[in-house]
Amino acid sequence: MSNRYIGESIKRREDKRFITGKGRYTDDIVLPGMLHAHFVRSPYAHARVVGIDLEEAKAMPGVIAIYTGDDVAAINGVPCGWQVNFRNGETMREPKHPMLIPTGSTAKHVGDAVAVVIAETKDSAIDAAELVMVEWEELPAVAAPADAILPDAPKVHEQFPDNKAFDWTFGNPIEEVDAAMEKAAHITELEFINQRVVPNAMEPRAYIGSYDETSDKYTLYTSTQNPHLIRLLMCAFVLGIPEHKVRVVGPDVGGGFGSKIYHYTEEALVTWASKQIGQPVKWTSDRSEAFLTDAHGRDHATKAEMGFDADGNIVGLRIKTVANMGAYLSTFAPAVPTYLHGTLLQGLYTTPKINIDMTCVFTHTVAVDAYRGAGRPEATYLLERLMDLAALEMGRDPAELRFQNFIPPFDGVEQPGYQTQVALQYDSGNYEAVLKRGLEMLGYENFRAEQAEAAKTNKILGVGFSTYVEACGIAPSAVVGALGARAGLFESAQVRVQPTGKVSVFTGSHSHGQGHETTFVQVVADKLGIPMDDVDLVHGDSDTIAFGMGTYGSRSLAVGGSAIVKSIDKILEKGAKIAAHKLECAEGDLEYAEGKWTVKGTDKSIGFGDVALTAYVPHVYPAGLEPGLDFSSFYDPANFTYPFGCHIAVVEVDKETGKVTLKRMIAVDDVGNVINPMIVDGQIHGGLAQGIGQALFEGTIYDENGQLTNGSYMDYCMPRADDLPMFETDRQVTPCPHNPLGVKGAGEAGAIGSTPAVVNAVIDALWSAGHKPKDILMPLTSERVWEAMN
Amino acid sequence: MITYPFEYKRASSVAEAVSMLAEGGKALSGGHSLIPSMKLRLNMPDALVDVGRIPELKGISMDGDELVIGAGSTHADIADSQLVKEKLSLFAEGAAHIGDPAVRSRGTIGGSLAHADPSADWPALVLAANATIVVTGPNGERSIPSTDFFTGLFSTALNDDELITKIRVPVSAGSKSTYQKFAQPASRYALVGCAIVKQADGQVSVAFSGVSDAPFRDTDVEKNLNSGQEAGPVGKGQSIMSDNFASEKYRVHLASVYLQRALEAVA
Amino acid sequence: MQVEINVNGKARKAEVEDRTLLVYFLRDTLQLTGTHVGCDTSSCGACTVHLDGVAVKSCTLLAAQADGCSVTTIEGMAKDGEMHPLQEGFRECHGLQCGYCTPGMIMTAADLLKRTPKPSETEIRFALEGNICRCTGYHNIVKAIQWAAENTAAPMLADSHLWTNDVVVEKVVETE
Ligand SMILES: Cc1cc2nc3c(=O)[nH]c(=O)nc-3n(C[C@H](O)[C@H](O)[C@H](O)COP(=O)(O)OP(=O)(O)OC[C@H]3O[C@@H](n4cnc5c(N)ncnc54)[C@H](O)[C@@H]3O)c2cc1C
Ligand code: FES
Ligand code: FES
Repeated sequence: MSNRYIGESIKRREDKRFITGKGRYTDDIVLPGMLHAHFVRSPYAHARVVGIDLEEAKAMPGVIAIYTGDDVAAINGVPCGWQVNFRNGETMREPKHPMLIPTGSTAKHVGDAVAVVIAETKDSAIDAAELVMVEWEELPAVAAPADAILPDAPKVHEQFPDNKAFDWTFGNPIEEVDAAMEKAAHITELEFINQRVVPNAMEPRAYIGSYDETSDKYTLYTSTQNPHLIRLLMCAFVLGIPEHKVRVVGPDVGGGFGSKIYHYTEEALVTWASKQIGQPVKWTSDRSEAFLTDAHGRDHATKAEMGFDADGNIVGLRIKTVANMGAYLSTFAPAVPTYLHGTLLQGLYTTPKINIDMTCVFTHTVAVDAYRGAGRPEATYLLERLMDLAALEMGRDPAELRFQNFIPPFDGVEQPGYQTQVALQYDSGNYEAVLKRGLEMLGYENFRAEQAEAAKTNKILGVGFSTYVEACGIAPSAVVGALGARAGLFESAQVRVQPTGKVSVFTGSHSHGQGHETTFVQVVADKLGIPMDDVDLVHGDSDTIAFGMGTYGSRSLAVGGSAIVKSIDKILEKGAKIAAHKLECAEGDLEYAEGKWTVKGTDKSIGFGDVALTAYVPHVYPAGLEPGLDFSSFYDPANFTYPFGCHIAVVEVDKETGKVTLKRMIAVDDVGNVINPMIVDGQIHGGLAQGIGQALFEGTIYDENGQLTNGSYMDYCMPRADDLPMFETDRQVTPCPHNPLGVKGAGEAGAIGSTPAVVNAVIDALWSAGHKPKDILMPLTSERVWEAMN
Repeated sequence: MITYPFEYKRASSVAEAVSMLAEGGKALSGGHSLIPSMKLRLNMPDALVDVGRIPELKGISMDGDELVIGAGSTHADIADSQLVKEKLSLFAEGAAHIGDPAVRSRGTIGGSLAHADPSADWPALVLAANATIVVTGPNGERSIPSTDFFTGLFSTALNDDELITKIRVPVSAGSKSTYQKFAQPASRYALVGCAIVKQADGQVSVAFSGVSDAPFRDTDVEKNLNSGQEAGPVGKGQSIMSDNFASEKYRVHLASVYLQRALEAVA
Repeated sequence: MQVEINVNGKARKAEVEDRTLLVYFLRDTLQLTGTHVGCDTSSCGACTVHLDGVAVKSCTLLAAQADGCSVTTIEGMAKDGEMHPLQEGFRECHGLQCGYCTPGMIMTAADLLKRTPKPSETEIRFALEGNICRCTGYHNIVKAIQWAAENTAAPMLADSHLWTNDVVVEKVVETE
């Protein structure tokens, strides 16, 4: 043990390669003899493939092969990884996503692939793909979830005429909630759309499949958040090849935000094609393709009601939502609107009765799956919009209303965890404190005076609050299994001490920007009391790492880091045996600190490096003990972790144009213990920008034919540097009581709390000037805000 | 992303460029409208005539009462030019709000005018300033008043074999001007751009970008203002655009707000 | 056609298609993969390099247009192992997470600091209008640029030769 690194803002070790241009993303990799793939995609949201003529395309220079759906019919489609059945017990409907749409079948969203051209260069593949002549029969399409359940809506899958994938209900029985609502003195009701957004990792997806005939082995390089999961899905469910014959490598990954968790058809196709042709095959997505084929996020149409008694205590919450699944069920999709959303509807409040009614539907759009926050942003948006609106409607102060309804503090050690009405048991929380701190940072008293002044001008001001609790470190396996997950959600780690005392750590987590090479090493170096320079992290390669569930759901440190700690414990336990033998004392007489074992009360000690060497040169060695110092562990946590916090936005609204300017963004987050504050702050910043993006700028726009009309950065508005202020962040620490590091997870918090804070602020501004909208559709474009005032 | 194949030719003089264009193809200046559209395969010329290195197209100078700007001047050249700032701050101000720094370093005034994107900034600026577009073709040089230059959506009075060589802008002492832009939040082109030049005698010229499917001088508004009345409705008789960011109604509203702001700026 | 471009101080000659974009010349022909591609519409700035000392989007430029010019890429920003103050600043201030936008950010910021050695926060944000970062929320990127500005004397930022290899140091001719 030492305390040199944990809690310090150690500069990132991975940075050097990125700032010098030496980062190595999948598209940077060139293999000998590598060919390039380009897909022919459906220009229609719904259309039958009547026929495909390849003649002209095949004659193009450089073309090696062209495959259509008929060529790959033997390959299974991409499966879903989570099962949520209908409330009446009917099995979830799970149409597989075919590799390529075969003749006679229908493409089900714009961008659904029908053929792939493989050529010597990317350019010749693109040129030839344009000459693949597909005869299409265009069919009617439906894009919005609420439209999909209308009686005469176009059908996405013929066999499921009601377009439902499944429906689901959760929480207290609806009769109990209805009864509670009946007694309410005030009900705040809100109908809104949590719009569909596009993750937009800056590195587009890229894959290289490479087959080696002599060993009958495949290698897939992929821009993924979880190499092992891709291997498992691709081997066992799609290609049907033995897992030990496949190596999946995730090199540097340029962001993911959820979109790179899932197994995509293109991954399996390049892998398969590399064997057919006997040469490596690369595919790199264009941004335009990314808009059409990366899994999107959110897309809920909701009616929410929150009941209050005469004193302002919440008495009930009733939710009805239709969630868009897209055309196919992506890897984690069914979990997002259900177990990652419905289970969070307690929020930080003591609401006694809660019920959610969810219908999950197919539409002619690309699949929707987890996007930064996954379900928790939708839950937080719903609750926090209701809270601020209720305060406005009841003439209450929004901060006061929250204080009144907060769950009182509990640390999960002295006080038990908090049992919610929606299954989860929160680990520890202190909600009042984060809101108090937020108000302090805001200067609440002064703000209201300023706002009153501004209300007389053309530039009005508003403040919006959002206090959230979320569930991270998605696990434990037994629980998620009971909830329909088809995988465990543990993590693995191996700590290998080399004979010279240097340490290699192998983790199943896979950083795509989170800085694991730094944070994880901080933990290891401190736990072993050795310099960080003596430790390296290995990740992203299924051949070198035992197993891994990957990086998403803010789980890497909480679950992956805990697995590492377990291995370190084993190292120290065995090391103590060796040390005791060398020092000729009992193990119990030893203490370990600063990289050495010392006999208590003496100056007799032996260093970590000496013990390591002894383990590999076991001449003087405990009888019966195996040589070597190398331990693997799997960590399956006892519970989710529950970070929480308070986000406050201050906006200025131009009354003449409706233009919103975000003036301040305050975030007080409690993510448990913090290993590297600099990195945690960075995670919060990025999350805030995405959450603000959803509130003010981002959102897909589909036309009546299911065409995405804003599938480029010229039309889909990404938050830019000049759209955002400097963020004001602060932190509170309530350790997680059930994992060895006391960490909760920080990757998604920013995106979870910020969206409703920003929207609430705009609504507040408008109310301050005498307009009383309940809702404005996100993103809050100038026109929509102006409309709300006119 | 790759364009269709084409032949690249580099011209070293206006004369050479004009003779190359006579064989077909398109002029390539900064390439910041042409190359993006060719990458998306929305545009497929057989040949590109690179006019980016023709010395005659560069340079900004005064000629009598006129500021003469070479068509190959980049937005940044104009935004940073001391001469432009002194003589015609409208152009410096407008140029500084085009795209981002990299776009300003490559994109040119000539290319922008020839491209005639209804949401581009230069069209409103040259219209309000009463500029003249000087072009050279196989039959020599001709001058086109900016008010005759823009003929519709992405279309101009320029012939395929003509090259814009310079923009002449009258400069008069005591005038005031401003460019007020409400940027489309994603592309940063003008959702509404309003350029006003107010002469020393109070007469104004008012032009808009982004509002209609072609940039225009709002002669009704000018008439009203120049006869001492309220501006009145903006864009009368124009075919107002409508898109994801602004409906027709909102666009017209924004245009009148931006007109008011522009008028305040030159008051 | 044949182009000769001085890239990071080396004269590189190669046969390219007329339609080859500068970014692919750098990435595919020269294997300088530090310059990235993040969009199809010239919007994201991941591909930003310096052309004769000025930041440009290499996805919106033909290799042919750069013929005879000097190009500096992110790989050319550290000279003799000493990093450019902006590279230091990005590391110091955690101005990057996944690193994909970073080369473009640094090249854009270098151009800004050359013209405006002590930019305000607003000037920095305005200068980054054409560079998208999805990870950082820009907060630490702004700080990284401020750090570089504060820790470097203005004349040094202005003279790119001090920091980059854009002088011809050796003649390497490659033909493909
Ligand atoms: C990301 C991005 C953001 C942008 N934002 C804005 C913005 O906010 N406002 C704005 O106004 N513009 C914007 N633009 C467009 C930019 O200003 C372009 O540079 C400009 O429209 C075209 O100039 P160019 O020199 O690049 O022309 P090119 O792309 O080279 O050519 C455009 C057209 O003009 C023709 N042409 C070029 N030069 C001549 C000539 N001398 N004579 C005759 N024909 C010629 C070409 O043949 C072609 O048809 C943006 C562009 C990008 C990529
Ligand atoms: S790749 Fe050049 S701007 Fe996006
Ligand atoms: S650091 Fe990932 S996009 Fe900027």
